[in-house]
Amino acid sequence: MVKNLVELRGLKVAFDGVQVLHGIDLDIARGEAIGLVGESGCGKSVTWLAALGLLPGKATVSGSVRVDGQEILAQPRHVLEGVRGKRIAMIFQDPSSSLNPVLRVGRQITEALAIHRGLHGEAAKAEALRLLDMVGIPDARRRIELFPHEFSGGQCQRVMIAMALAGEPDLLVADEPTTALDATIQAQILDLLIALRAETGMATIFISHDLGAVSQVCERACVMYAGRIVEQGTIQALFDNPRHPYTRGLFDAIPRLDGPRERLIPIPGTVPNPRDLPEGCAFSPRCSHAAIDCRTRMPALHSTDDGRLLSCHHPVGSHPPIGVTHPAEARVLEPLS
Amino acid sequence: MNEHFKTPLIEAKGLVRTYEVRQGMFGRATPVRAVDGIDLKVMPGETLGIVGESGSGKSTLGRMLLGIDPPQEGQALFEGKPMPKLATPEWRALRAKMQFVYQDPLAALDRRLTIAEQIGEPLAIHNLVPKPHRETRVAELMSAVGLRPDQAGRYPHELSGGQRQRAVIARALASRPKLLVCDEPVSALDVSIQAQVVNMLRDLQEKNHIAMVFISHDLKVVRNIADRVAVMYLGRIVEEASSDVIFKTPLHPYTKALVSSVPVPGKLLQGRVILQGEPPNPANRPSGCAFHPRCPLAADICRTSVPQLLSVADGRTAACHMVTRAEASVAA
Amino acid sequence: MFRFASIRLLRALITILAVITFAFVVLRLSGDPAQVMLGPDVPQESVDAFRKAWGLDQPLWIQYLSYIRAIFTGDFGVSMRDKASAMQLVIERIPATLQLTIPALFLKVVIGIPAGVYAALHRQSAIDRGVILAAIFGFTIPSFVMGLLLVLIFSITLGLLPSGGQDTWQHGILPTLTMSIGGIGILARFSRSAMIEVMGQPYIRTASAKGMKWQDVVWKHALPNAAVPIVTIVGFMVGTLIAGAVVVESIFSWPGIGRLLVVSVSNRDLAVVQCILLLVAATMVVSNLIVDLLYGFLDPRLRAQSAH
Repeated sequence: MVKNLVELRGLKVAFDGVQVLHGIDLDIARGEAIGLVGESGCGKSVTWLAALGLLPGKATVSGSVRVDGQEILAQPRHVLEGVRGKRIAMIFQDPSSSLNPVLRVGRQITEALAIHRGLHGEAAKAEALRLLDMVGIPDARRRIELFPHEFSGGQCQRVMIAMALAGEPDLLVADEPTTALDATIQAQILDLLIALRAETGMATIFISHDLGAVSQVCERACVMYAGRIVEQGTIQALFDNPRHPYTRGLFDAIPRLDGPRERLIPIPGTVPNPRDLPEGCAFSPRCSHAAIDCRTRMPALHSTDDGRLLSCHHPVGSHPPIGVTHPAEARVLEPLS
Repeated sequence: MNEHFKTPLIEAKGLVRTYEVRQGMFGRATPVRAVDGIDLKVMPGETLGIVGESGSGKSTLGRMLLGIDPPQEGQALFEGKPMPKLATPEWRALRAKMQFVYQDPLAALDRRLTIAEQIGEPLAIHNLVPKPHRETRVAELMSAVGLRPDQAGRYPHELSGGQRQRAVIARALASRPKLLVCDEPVSALDVSIQAQVVNMLRDLQEKNHIAMVFISHDLKVVRNIADRVAVMYLGRIVEEASSDVIFKTPLHPYTKALVSSVPVPGKLLQGRVILQGEPPNPANRPSGCAFHPRCPLAADICRTSVPQLLSVADGRTAACHMVTRAEASVAA
Repeated sequence: MFRFASIRLLRALITILAVITFAFVVLRLSGDPAQVMLGPDVPQESVDAFRKAWGLDQPLWIQYLSYIRAIFTGDFGVSMRDKASAMQLVIERIPATLQLTIPALFLKVVIGIPAGVYAALHRQSAIDRGVILAAIFGFTIPSFVMGLLLVLIFSITLGLLPSGGQDTWQHGILPTLTMSIGGIGILARFSRSAMIEVMGQPYIRTASAKGMKWQDVVWKHALPNAAVPIVTIVGFMVGTLIAGAVVVESIFSWPGIGRLLVVSVSNRDLAVVQCILLLVAATMVVSNLIVDLLYGFLDPRLRAQSAH
């Protein structure tokens, strides 16, 4: 009996010889929701496109991706095709261009029903209507015959979700599903994802640069930087007491909607070019806590005694977590500003 | 200082902009009011934030304030004087005093020119700085927006998104404008870079006393940068107040829903107002209050009569029958 | 639908009218048929009589009006050389031309499109590079060079195929090949780039992500999208079915429309030239119309736009 639904081990990706993903290890248990957070180019989307073999041909992928213990990386095409949509479904950032413009939305859903559940004709149509209803498309009976351009962005994302549900997957990977949508529609889609997970029990990977959105949907999150996971833990632990300076920097950089209007605290500099990664810790040139060893030695991702994973020589925040802190111990460490 | 007696830097009076839109293959062209009677004032050195979703007309309004999109009705006044017609010499002269910053810096920049050349362009066009001094001025501008001197010879594609937006802002600042209209200037940037650019804009504005119209869908950024905020829905302003109060105690149900839809980091979804339905098509504007089909408070009057933007408190206006009625009963 | 169709039809008629008007004026300004037909040494009386007989002594605009009036009554004029109905002469030649152009079009479509699509799906492979190279070779060499080259190889050096005439089916092989090679190259290149563009679209990733078989992704999701640009080119090729063989028919002495056109132009046989140009314009316009209708069928987004 394999405990985890999906296990990534040492997943690496290179585009034309330039390494962009440097070995991702990640376990997804049945039914859990994990957020992948980071800025553009950190590898959060590439991780899952690579796992499902959806990257273009110029990408070289290595490592291991196991679904229920079965390896799917570097396997014959039919193995992957059996996993995609059936075990792991994926939805994308730009819903309007992610639907085929020349095919009716009904057909795009029934196609998936035919592949994964052997439904055809009226049975498939009835199920497609049920799915559209479930994701909140009003007047589904009429709209099933329409084309994607006749739907708004938010509704296209609902159609995408209906299509993803068609295979009754164990894991839904949502790649920035709300980024292209308006604020009130974003809230609707987040709400829908939460409700669907509660209803179907499928696990969710929520990829987003929006820490707010991630904390709505997930229990656990991985913060990624330059193709590596730098910190991983429960949402509560990450938000209350971020240990990696990058995690902390991300939180500080977000303007707040409450409290006093203060000057923002940006992270200086820019994300490094993957062709030209700095020595040692990739974040060290932008890090206010960097010491000499950060510039020479890559910190390994290790588990800490408060149950998180961290890759930093000189973490910020308190250790052990607030509340358990022994006053004498806390003093020698970085103070909370 | 009493703001009421000063001339606003820019003032909009009943601005209306209508587009003809044809629906379907055989449909008739129907007029769509993208901007539907907007009044607003921006004082020198002040920042007005404009928030709204797609189709709210906020970008059109931004272009109208600069005279790029001429209004069909109403007028825009710059320093109390009517905006000259688009592309006339007077308008061009005025353009030096008001600049535009778009969301996509790569589209705003010419990919065949170095950024120093582009930053210097307005200096030459408006003949603001004699040629020998231009290089110094460009260097000043670059350092003001946080670009390094060695980046002067770079082409747009050699810079990151944040650096490009800095270059666009430097170019906008070259003519020492009094007004900057920014349409989603940081929306395409990563959080950490977004904070850099927002801080920079705030600093530049304070230092040079520039007024700013900051258009964005991101409430958090708008709250941080704007003194006052106007919320738009389907071409109209539905609520306006100082940024401190409008997000703390929103009055209009739409503003409430907008504020509530912003996910707060570290907090689970609880007690949020999630609006049903989508923003209606501007071509198919609901009767009465345009927001009534999505509004949890809608009453009969909302379906029939258009609420006016009325003062509900000092420096605070709202266009909602329910809000103005409640305020009236409090006053009584 | 009616409004859409009638606008298109009106536009088509105006196009045809413009073509025949242009042809009429240019032909009459470019030389005197009487001089060409009768030769240089005939007496002036004969020339005058010829002009009077064919109405060439009338002012240009009267000639034009009577020409247009005649067209509307179905009278396309009489050949000055053969004294036969011009339209009759032209129609007799159509089958010969179609014997070349239809097989050539068939070859272009069945070789060009699959080659391009295959190359797009196997980018950077040896076959892809081969297709690109062959395509460039195909459409950069003009057909008169290609025709002579093929004659040199297959008729003169190898002695396998006849180099001219229309006696047996073997006579058709070289002209058909000459005509199709360029088109195959063009179609291969267009299909390749259309397919590469489509394969990079997010909806193709979506189709793969939902577990569709690779072949189904290509056939059911990619090809229908790539069809729009490809249909444009094929439509253009259909439009040249009648007039596309001028050079090749001349090289291989093939008695089709092209040859008739060349002969009639050099003889200033006005009615025949005008007839051919009318026919050419009409096929172009009709094929354009069909392509437009196909667009709406292939891409629902264009269905909504085409009324604008």
